[in-house]
Amino acid sequence: MPGLEDLYREIILDHYKNPRNRGELPPPAVRTEGHNPLCGDEIEVYLQVEDGVVADVRIGGQGCSISQSSASMMSAAVKGKKVDDVRALVSRFKNMMSIEEGEPDTSVSLGDLEALQGVVKFPVRIKCAVLAWNTLAEGLDTAGA
Amino acid sequence: MTLDVEKIRADFPILAERINGKPLVYLDSANTSQKPRAVIDAMSSFMEHGYGPTNRSAYHLAAEATERFESTRAKVARFVNARSVNEIVFTKNATEALNLVARSWGGANLRAGDAVVLTHMEHHANIVPWQMLAAEKGFEIRWVPLTADGLLDTSGLDRLLDGAKAFSFTAMSNVLGTINPVADLVAAAHRAGAVAIVDGCQSVPHMPTDVQAWDADFMTFSSHKMVGPSGVGMLWAREEILEAMPPFLGGGNMISDVRTEGFTCAELPAKFEAGTQAIVEVVGLGAAVDYLESVGMANVRAHEREITAYALAALKGRFGDEITVHGSCDPDLRGATISFAYRDVHPHDVSQVLDQHNVCVRAGHHCAKPLMRLLGANATVRASFYLYNTTAEADVLCDALAEAGDFFTL
Repeated sequence: MPGLEDLYREIILDHYKNPRNRGELPPPAVRTEGHNPLCGDEIEVYLQVEDGVVADVRIGGQGCSISQSSASMMSAAVKGKKVDDVRALVSRFKNMMSIEEGEPDTSVSLGDLEALQGVVKFPVRIKCAVLAWNTLAEGLDTAGA
Repeated sequence: MTLDVEKIRADFPILAERINGKPLVYLDSANTSQKPRAVIDAMSSFMEHGYGPTNRSAYHLAAEATERFESTRAKVARFVNARSVNEIVFTKNATEALNLVARSWGGANLRAGDAVVLTHMEHHANIVPWQMLAAEKGFEIRWVPLTADGLLDTSGLDRLLDGAKAFSFTAMSNVLGTINPVADLVAAAHRAGAVAIVDGCQSVPHMPTDVQAWDADFMTFSSHKMVGPSGVGMLWAREEILEAMPPFLGGGNMISDVRTEGFTCAELPAKFEAGTQAIVEVVGLGAAVDYLESVGMANVRAHEREITAYALAALKGRFGDEITVHGSCDPDLRGATISFAYRDVHPHDVSQVLDQHNVCVRAGHHCAKPLMRLLGANATVRASFYLYNTTAEADVLCDALAEAGDFFTL
C-alpha cells in the first residue's frame, strides 16, 4: 500500500497549515462555488480578470488537507498569469491527476504542484485535489475569459 | 464479552483477510455489513444445485426455488413479529421501500393542506422521497428537532403532529446512534390520527424487533445491513394498509389479469413485487436471518452495548477535549454507531490515516446533510461496530486516531 508520505508531502502540509490567498474579492470579481458531495469539501474561488490576465485570486471554503492545499497551491500558481496559460495549467494538472487523457504538454511547468502527484495513488482523493481546479475553470468561463 | 466473538469472527471469512500483512478492522457496518460463510454458501449452493424461477413454472426445480424464496419471507416475518407473510414485501433496498411508501401510500393519501412529520436526524432516504412528493402534491413537511444530546426533542411533538397524516422517523440514527422510543412515537402519531412509518435500517440488524409491540404501520429495513447480501430490501406494513394501497411498480408478477383495456393486481404481497425478484439474494437473506436468530438479537444488543460503553470511554479517556463524540454518551440510549470530530483534523484525512492501519470507517455526511448542518460540520468520521467487532478493535481505532493527530498537528 502506498504510504502517507506519498500523499502528504511536506509542501502539501505547508499549504494546508498556511493557506495562501485566503479571503474574498468584491465585485466585479467573479465568485464561483464548488463542492465535493461525497466528503463535504467546499471551495469558493474569486477571480479578478483584467486584459486577459488573472490579476488577482482569492480562495474561501473548508475541507480536507488535499482539497485545501491544492486550492492554495493553485492560487499561487495562477496569480498574474495570462488566462490562456492558466487554462493550459488546468489541463496539465488534470492530466497529472489522470483525469485528462493524452500526452501531457511538458512545456507547461507544474512547479510546486508536482507534489500532488502522489494523490494518484489514492484514487478516492483525486476529486479532492481537482475540486479547486474545476471551480477555477468554471470561474474563467463565467468571467468570459 | 456476552457473545463468543472469536467464534463469530471465525464465521466471517473476510475477517481473516490481511491487507499488507495487517488484519482488517472493519468499523463500517452502519454502511454495510460483512457476510458469514452460511450466507455465502447458501447463495452459491442454491445457484449450483437449486436455482430456478419463483412462482412461474410447474417443474420440480421451480417449486423448490419458490419454496426457498417464500420460506425466507416467512423467516423475515417471524424475525420482526409480523402478523402474516402478506405483510412482508421484498424490494431492491430500504431506500426503494421508503420510496414505495411515499409514492404508493403517500401518493394516494396526501394532498395540499396535509402535513408529514420527519425528524432532523433522518437519512436522505427518509427525506428526499417526501420532498419529491411534496413538490407534486403541495403538502407541508415538518421537522422534529433534536436536543443537545442528539435525542429527539419531543417537547413539542403533539403540536407538530397536529393535522399531520404521517410521522416517518428512524428507529436508530445512522450518525448519532440514538435509539428512539419507537412505541411512544407511534402512539403519538396515532393520537394525532397519523400513520407511523419506521426506518428500521440501523435497528433491525442490531436488536430484537417487534412491529406488533410497536403498533407501527410501516417499517423499512435492508438485507445488506443485517449480514445478508445487497440487492434486497424489505417493507413490513399492516396487511389492511397494503391492501388499500395502489401498486408501486408495474409489470409481471404483480398482476392478476392484463387485457388491452387494463389490468388487475395480484394478491399481497406479490402486488408490490413487480418483475423477477432477487431470487438468489433472498435465499441468502434467509440464511442471514437463520444466522442472526442462532446468535440471538438480545445477545447482539448486549454485545454492542458493551462495546459502545468501552469505545466511548476509550475515546474520551485517550483524547479528552480533543474529541467531540456526537450524540448521547449513555450506552442505553444509543447504539454502537459513533460519529465524532477529532480536533481540527478533517474527517477525510482521519480516514486516510486510519486506512493505513486497515481501520475502515466512513468519513462524510452519511446521507444526513440536514443533520450535518445542525452539528455544524460538513463531514464527520463514523466508526460503527457490529456483532463481529471487539473492544480490542476500539483500541486499534484509538491508536490510529492518535497517529492522525500527530501527523496533522496544525
